[in-house]
Amino acid sequence: MNSIVHMPKAIPINSPTVPVEMTGLTQPASKTEPSRWFLFLGRHRESTLIAVLLALIAGTALASPHFLNLQNLRDVLLNVAIISMLTAGMTVVMLMRHIDLSISSTVGITAYAVGSLFVAIPGLPVPVAVLAGVLIGCAAGCINGALVTFGRVPSLVATLSTLYIFRGIDYAWVHGGQINATSLPDSFALLANGDVLGVPVLVLIALAVLTVIGYYLKHYRGGREFYAIGSNPEAANLAGIRVSRRVFKGFVLSGALAGLAGVLWLARFGTVDASTAKGIELQVVAAAVVGSVAITGGVGNVWGATLGALLLGVINLSLVVLKVSPFWQLAIQGALIVLAIATDTLLSRAIARWTMKKRDHGEA
Amino acid sequence: MTTPATPPRLELRHASKRFGEVRALIDASLTLRRGEVHALLGENGAGKSTLVKILAGVHQPDGGELLVDGQPCRFARPSAAIAAGIAVIYQEPTLFPDLSIAENIYMGRQPLDRIGRIRYDVMEQAVEEMLVSLGVQLKAAQLVRGLSIADQQVVEIAKALSLNANVLIMDEPTAALSKPEVERLFAIAERLRDAGVAILFITHRLEEVFRLTQRITIMRDGAAVHFAATSEMDHDSIVAKMVGRDLATYYPKVDVVPGEVALSVNKLTRRGVFKNISFDVRRGEIVALAGLVGAGRSEVARAIFGIDPVDGGEVLVQGKRLQLGKPALAVNAGLALVPEDRRQQGLALDLPIARNASLTVLARLGRHGLISANTERQLAAHWGGKLKLKAHTMDVAAGTLSGGNQQKVVLGKWLATNPHVLIIDEPTRGIDVGAKAEVYQTLTDLVQAGMAVLMISSELPEVLGMADRVLVMCEGRITADIPRSEANEERIMAAALGQAEQPLRRAA
Ligand SMILES: Nc1ncnc2c1ncn2[C@@H]1O[C@H](COP(=O)(O)OP(=O)(O)OP(=O)(O)O)[C@@H](O)[C@H]1O
Ligand SMILES: [Mg+2]
Repeated sequence: MNSIVHMPKAIPINSPTVPVEMTGLTQPASKTEPSRWFLFLGRHRESTLIAVLLALIAGTALASPHFLNLQNLRDVLLNVAIISMLTAGMTVVMLMRHIDLSISSTVGITAYAVGSLFVAIPGLPVPVAVLAGVLIGCAAGCINGALVTFGRVPSLVATLSTLYIFRGIDYAWVHGGQINATSLPDSFALLANGDVLGVPVLVLIALAVLTVIGYYLKHYRGGREFYAIGSNPEAANLAGIRVSRRVFKGFVLSGALAGLAGVLWLARFGTVDASTAKGIELQVVAAAVVGSVAITGGVGNVWGATLGALLLGVINLSLVVLKVSPFWQLAIQGALIVLAIATDTLLSRAIARWTMKKRDHGEA
Repeated sequence: MTTPATPPRLELRHASKRFGEVRALIDASLTLRRGEVHALLGENGAGKSTLVKILAGVHQPDGGELLVDGQPCRFARPSAAIAAGIAVIYQEPTLFPDLSIAENIYMGRQPLDRIGRIRYDVMEQAVEEMLVSLGVQLKAAQLVRGLSIADQQVVEIAKALSLNANVLIMDEPTAALSKPEVERLFAIAERLRDAGVAILFITHRLEEVFRLTQRITIMRDGAAVHFAATSEMDHDSIVAKMVGRDLATYYPKVDVVPGEVALSVNKLTRRGVFKNISFDVRRGEIVALAGLVGAGRSEVARAIFGIDPVDGGEVLVQGKRLQLGKPALAVNAGLALVPEDRRQQGLALDLPIARNASLTVLARLGRHGLISANTERQLAAHWGGKLKLKAHTMDVAAGTLSGGNQQKVVLGKWLATNPHVLIIDEPTRGIDVGAKAEVYQTLTDLVQAGMAVLMISSELPEVLGMADRVLVMCEGRITADIPRSEANEERIMAAALGQAEQPLRRAA
């Protein structure tokens, strides 16, 4: 019978050695050069976001003299600080190709629980209160993680249910009541409103948290496993990664951050009722997506997500300063998300096409 | 080889495994010794990959035992098998497209410094050296997304090698590689074998078995049916054991008098990819498009079908000009394209086989816009039977089929459209010998019924055995048009490498 002969693969052609008759085939240099901008954009999404942010600030400042001042800067940073911690948690979950919609309810219930703790034990040390909040958040994260890993419930469904369940518990517990700033010790309020060398403590806390998570994601095995799982769950399992365990941990981390955010929310606003933080989960998802964290998993980082949160925060303020109706704010946020996703898709397609060409014809 | 005193490195005894109703393994046994390359052979769906996954700790066997160095053992998860020194190259790529090559290779085992941080510098240097020793021009920091199938396979190989394992299992590692890459892989395998590594090697290309392996285990329908030294076997006896019967003529070529032109391609050009491609395919004719991997053959097919854009030229189907760039119009005009990368481009892995098979003909099956599951199943069963598809029912998800059987589903799906012109890219990649003969027989039946076939193939015997005319492409141009009577390996290879040929019939 016949033996099967295989043909050798074409030897990659490098531009300098392309035979004369081939040059008609390769794209003229003038055509390839400008097409590289997308490579730059693709590799430097953060720089692009910074550029957009600066342009936005400059534009608004030109349009309104009331925009650039320290009070506005402080407001934006304080607003974004809490959101950005939640966004970091969301980033971790989204990297694994999951989502955590329950965070806003976790923030709400933690804020109320810690407030009640202060009411019950007036002399409670602040670190203990913070720890309690984080633990409550961890518990919420454990429930989400268990549903997703052991229960095999898709995370969208699982966390959508816990979003309602946690909020329901909150309503039943609060029962129309409210926590007031008067019940909270002054030292606690300093967590959010105090300054160190003119920088709000809350912003410093957020920076510290973001740095730790960002560093962990980049430099530790556990962090890389989040990427691996989102990039190809089956391959992650075959590579010996304990996928369920890692996914569980990711949800616990997201919950813990939501707990911390709940405590800081209480410290910042002082007044907490049953509808605290309602709806911020979508702001957080929006920030992550604008910060080019892929909903399909495996791509993104904490700093991009934070820039996304910052961009949304600055836009909101700009719209207020420019006296745009609040209804428009939502529409503009939505448009921004679409824009971010469209850019990502187009960029990755352009890059894929380019690498394909380069691969086949040894261009570039 | 080893003396009887030392137990085999790995031994599987009477293993069985069910997936619901499907009995993937019934009685599988395998003995793997130090310093040998062992071939595991069998038809599509015989259970080879399932056996591999049991050795790798991916699946737990329902029965039987596993011995490592003579000690009974159970791998609860893949990390346990990795820890026991077993490295596996799976049939389907298992890479992380969003991570770098280096991270892909070292995922879960990255080198760390004192406080547990990943040492990217050490990792990338090690991978850089490994890639150089494999003779490929890849960079350690490069993303895996966008690599060709062959390059992805190289990364898989590097990953397995980096484990420094003493058992290496390779499930069809050569399916996507071409000759030089295969040779490089074999050289590495031989080096490892001489260093005492036990290697399990799965392939459907029997000449590779004779080239590389010392012993053979043949599986049929989930059971190991034959153990032998490679030197005791020949091609025909292996095939007979695999399929349980003798194969009749391998290339059932019949002479059909070509009819009118069914597909006419005129000066088709896509800048940077191919240029001035012109040829005709007549009814009843099989035209092979040969050439090196990367010569632009698949791209021409994709352009004709309207998937890729073109910069110039025209395509006529049955004499009517086809508007390019719209695959739906191509299907309506009677074109069918069976793509090369079937897993990615041809199958909806989560859908049942029947649904997959009917995707292309939904409009025809529908009655008042409703599609009956029964008609779907009948259609799938018809083509499944023709191609000897091995599946429990037509309702299981296509993703659970064995690699080769997935290919048959894609083939059936396009044949169901009853096209006038069939373009088929690498028709027999990953398909076992028995099924290959079926595919050839099907192609023969189709041209006898008046279909025109354009077959892209890198396997020369297939080209020589089946084609009425051989077009050879080199670097984006057609460099030769050879009639069946004059075709031979030397001429095709010469044209594929771009060496001088006699003047073309239809010079560009
Ligand atoms: N996860 C699964 N669920 C259900 N059935 C499965 C699953 N995995 C494999 N099978 C079935 O088990 C049988 C053996 O499949 P396997 O992949 O081991 O074949 P193979 O010998 O590797 O074939 P090929 O040469 O085509 O790769 C097939 O009938 C397949 O459909
Ligand atoms: Mg297989």
